[in-house]
Amino acid sequence: MVRVRVVLAVALLLAGPAARTVAWAVDSPAEMLPDPKQEARAEAIGRQLRCLVCQNESIEDSRAALARDLRHVVRAHVAAGETDRQIVGWMVSRYGDFIRLRPRLDWLTLPLYAMPGLAVLAGLAVALVALRRRRGEPPAPLSDTERARLERLR
Amino acid sequence: MRRRVLFAAPFAVAGAAGMGAFAMLRRMPDGQFDPHAVDAPVLGRMVPDFALPALPPGPGFDAAALRAQPRPVLVNVFASWCVPCVEEAEALLALSTHLPVWGIAYKDPDAAATDFVRRTGDPYARLVADRDGLAAIDWGVSGVPESFLVAPGGRIVWHKAGGLTAADVERLARGQG
Repeated sequence: MVRVRVVLAVALLLAGPAARTVAWAVDSPAEMLPDPKQEARAEAIGRQLRCLVCQNESIEDSRAALARDLRHVVRAHVAAGETDRQIVGWMVSRYGDFIRLRPRLDWLTLPLYAMPGLAVLAGLAVALVALRRRRGEPPAPLSDTERARLERLR
Repeated sequence: MRRRVLFAAPFAVAGAAGMGAFAMLRRMPDGQFDPHAVDAPVLGRMVPDFALPALPPGPGFDAAALRAQPRPVLVNVFASWCVPCVEEAEALLALSTHLPVWGIAYKDPDAAATDFVRRTGDPYARLVADRDGLAAIDWGVSGVPESFLVAPGGRIVWHKAGGLTAADVERLARGQG
């Protein structure tokens, strides 16, 4: 019984992310562009854009009315032949950099992107210092009194 | 000495983080800090172009009318289906005695919007309908209510996402005096 449950839990865990990647919130097929290539592009753009209502979802995932409007706008711009950069720029000029789900690399976000590398470097530095300290210099030779004491202990 | 510094460092970091969190929490209730706030790139810019149908009895307005204003105007985006819009109605009405308030009804059937305006005391000198909500996107509106203070000439100088409070009204009215 327990094993069945474990298997089920593992299956759910594995299926969870997979299921999430297919369940877009597009409400009706009428929302989609007739050209599958354009529709794929629109979805790719929409997945990079944050829904301003449900702030951790992309506009492709969100069922909020504003997300639906923004999906519609993205598709209209794709159909008009604009580039991805133009469309994302259009959104950023209205809602700021916050609408990008993946922050752009600039001086402000540099620490964010550099953090993993810095953490690894800091870890290496700590490890190096610890290692060097452990090896250290060989202990100083015994002094005369110490040698005398050692003799006595023997 | 070095040992003492190393010992104190974690406490100093924790203390600083704690004070930051405390400052944030204290600023949250009176609206000085909003963790969900979306920054408004429209601030400091000219009003975006738009032309929307008017909702009588007042005349409507468009971007040109806003830019032609010799006085500051508060543009308020609202909807009859929005609860914070009901809550801010009183503040908006008080504000309308200090400076003109122009309304944009966001994704609302015309009749519902005019009915709502009549019920809440009609603070709007002019009213237009953004039926499909696309003009509001150009303003960077992410939800209703949202208010923009437009300076003479058409530059957006102040913005609030969320209902206006009595404190906001006082601040805006003082700016008038």
